[in-house]
Amino acid sequence: MAVDTPSQSVAKAGPPPPPRGRGRGTGTGKPRGASKRSLSTHWYAWALVAPVVVVIAVIIGYPLIRGIYLSLTNANERNVARSIGVNNIPATYEFVGLDNYAEAISGNQFLGTLGWTVVWTVSCVAVTFGLGLALANILNRRIAGRSVYRMLLILPWAVPPFVSVFAWRFLYDERRGMLNQILSGAGLDAVPWLNDPTVAKLAVIAVNVWLGVPFMMVALLGGLQSIPGELYEAAEMDGANAWQRFRHITMPGLRSVSTTVLLLSTIWTFNMFPVIFLLTRGGPGEATQILVTQAYKFSFEISPRDFAQSSTWGVLILILLMVFAAFYQRVLRKQGEVW
Amino acid sequence: MRRGIAATALVAALGVTLAACGSDSDSNGGGTQGSGELSGTVTWWDTSTVGSEDKVFKKIAEGFTKKHPKVTVKYVNVPFGEAQNKFKNAAQSGSGAPDVIRSEVAWTPEFADLGYLAPLDGTAALKDKDDFLKQAAASTQYNGKTYAVPQVIDSMGIFYNKKIFKDAGVQVPKNIDELKTVSATIKQKTGKTGLYLRGDDAYWFLSFLYGEGGNLVDAEQKKITIGDESGVKAFRTVKDLVDSKAAITDATNGWDNMQAAFKDGKVAMMINGPWAVADTLAGKEFADKANLGIAPVPAGSAGQGAPQGGHNLAVYAGSKNLDASYAFAEYMTSAETQRQVAKELSLLPTRQSVFIKPDVASNEMITFFKPVVDKAVERPWIPEGGSLFEPVKVEYTKVLTGQTTPDAGAKAVADAYRKLLKDWK
Repeated sequence: MAVDTPSQSVAKAGPPPPPRGRGRGTGTGKPRGASKRSLSTHWYAWALVAPVVVVIAVIIGYPLIRGIYLSLTNANERNVARSIGVNNIPATYEFVGLDNYAEAISGNQFLGTLGWTVVWTVSCVAVTFGLGLALANILNRRIAGRSVYRMLLILPWAVPPFVSVFAWRFLYDERRGMLNQILSGAGLDAVPWLNDPTVAKLAVIAVNVWLGVPFMMVALLGGLQSIPGELYEAAEMDGANAWQRFRHITMPGLRSVSTTVLLLSTIWTFNMFPVIFLLTRGGPGEATQILVTQAYKFSFEISPRDFAQSSTWGVLILILLMVFAAFYQRVLRKQGEVW
Repeated sequence: MRRGIAATALVAALGVTLAACGSDSDSNGGGTQGSGELSGTVTWWDTSTVGSEDKVFKKIAEGFTKKHPKVTVKYVNVPFGEAQNKFKNAAQSGSGAPDVIRSEVAWTPEFADLGYLAPLDGTAALKDKDDFLKQAAASTQYNGKTYAVPQVIDSMGIFYNKKIFKDAGVQVPKNIDELKTVSATIKQKTGKTGLYLRGDDAYWFLSFLYGEGGNLVDAEQKKITIGDESGVKAFRTVKDLVDSKAAITDATNGWDNMQAAFKDGKVAMMINGPWAVADTLAGKEFADKANLGIAPVPAGSAGQGAPQGGHNLAVYAGSKNLDASYAFAEYMTSAETQRQVAKELSLLPTRQSVFIKPDVASNEMITFFKPVVDKAVERPWIPEGGSLFEPVKVEYTKVLTGQTTPDAGAKAVADAYRKLLKDWK
């Protein structure tokens, strides 16, 4: 999941809250004095923070700003500066303003890809959350061999995603894959797992759910264990049935955990590059192409490589996720959740 | 000052990290010494088929050190499908690029246009230039300069399993209609599928397009021709082959599945080129090599044709060891080397003088492919040549999986080309 880290952290960090009230328009004397005092008292803190600030500026700030800049140009492989041995070729790309954005938003390709990306994200997150919740509830009881089950269910998480995705690719292979061999053993027709657009969509969702369930399960299990047992005892005394206990104790008790994991999971799934790229490369045709894999394709797979369009899509993804996070936060705040 | 130590350690760690990022290996510097003897390291990216061709090429490449004992050859096999992108990444960033790359014919003008290749005119790389086949040399030229040395030339044909054909009592199909009836008979008599149609690579679509008299573009008149009626017909043909169950196909992993299906005798035919011969002969159906038959690609409604392909050796302009690289490119394309490659792998030489050598002239695969190559359809040697396949691939797969119609598919490819080739018709 290393691929999506930068955009996540950026999206999570979000825009800093605007300074409110204090320090605005109250003359210049006071803030300067304050900052001076702050510097002289807390210089050590500033010194300690500085390396982190520098690192973040270098590894997040620079690529981000460069990406935004490229999205406003017509940069591609043929007009960027490059220096190869004796050949020194200067950059000849031009600033084109918001043309790339206008083209992306008015064309079918971006909106079509966005549509499937939303379907993919919503279905993956919903199924993953449902399964994770069910498994967490089962494993929260005292059943024989509980720790063994827990360990087995975490396995998909312990294997590096690209390894398990490759394993799935072999399983899904229409002619030689194990799934179809099992089906033909049972006398059934072979399923074109990755060769049919609709089946391929279901297949990639299934793999992502398989990969995502352990995280959900562990997070929700932690949440379940933090709910005091007395609440259940008291409810039982009052004659609440299992559903009522789940509905009125478990669900509210899980709120803080589930809101966080849902947000994280949504952002991760939206940008889940390895599953799509390694399983289908966005195919058949472009049926399973999500926004990030398409952006990657623009900048690394087509030729001439279209850096400008790729950056444009990247910035649009960032904006979409930031809007989502802000909206989500607001909804939660309205419901009285401190987040 | 315990906290001070931590801060210092942090700063030190940062410094180390930054230094590690910034240090490039400059270790392969070399070149000619005073005496004119070559030294240093030559890294070669080969793209030949893994498991069969690569062993032979590795052995031959490392044989370069026998002639130049001070040169170390570093052989790296990069899968063909990834090599174009990998080379571009490395070449542009200037780190990790090889000295010599086996560049597919369509990539060569593109790499040259991007400034990644060293011009070879007047260097040691080009020896006996006039011995090269004209067709093979055409792809190495860009803007009046030579940027590569032809290594192998190829085209495509039908590979067929003679045993299955005998069991079904059929003859090799000469055109698409016969291909369909032959496949139907094979299915009926042996239960096997007729053709494996590679559906995830646009190169395998070309012979169907040429069969309808079409082409991707007309480079001379600067016209985009894939959207014409011939293009639509070609898409219809391939779709029909799959729909009528004359052929099976895959949208992913096509090469492996094609080779496996043919080598295990699950399909009777595939369309392929000389690069697949060594790998195919390693299959269990072809323990007796005589079981592999080969014939020209089936004709369409307007003719018959297969694409001319091949590979060149090109030298990276940023190589730190240009002299040894030129010599290596020459060695790998010399008549002697080509003769050995032809003998061991049945790959077609690019030098006229090699074809007439007795052990090459008697090779069945080479004698079959030579006339095919002579008649093969030459592809446009334009910098965009390497970019023409991706749009076809997407629409080809979409047509085969029923996501779009042949008409819309051909039109979509033409639209994509119009964006790519500014001011073409």
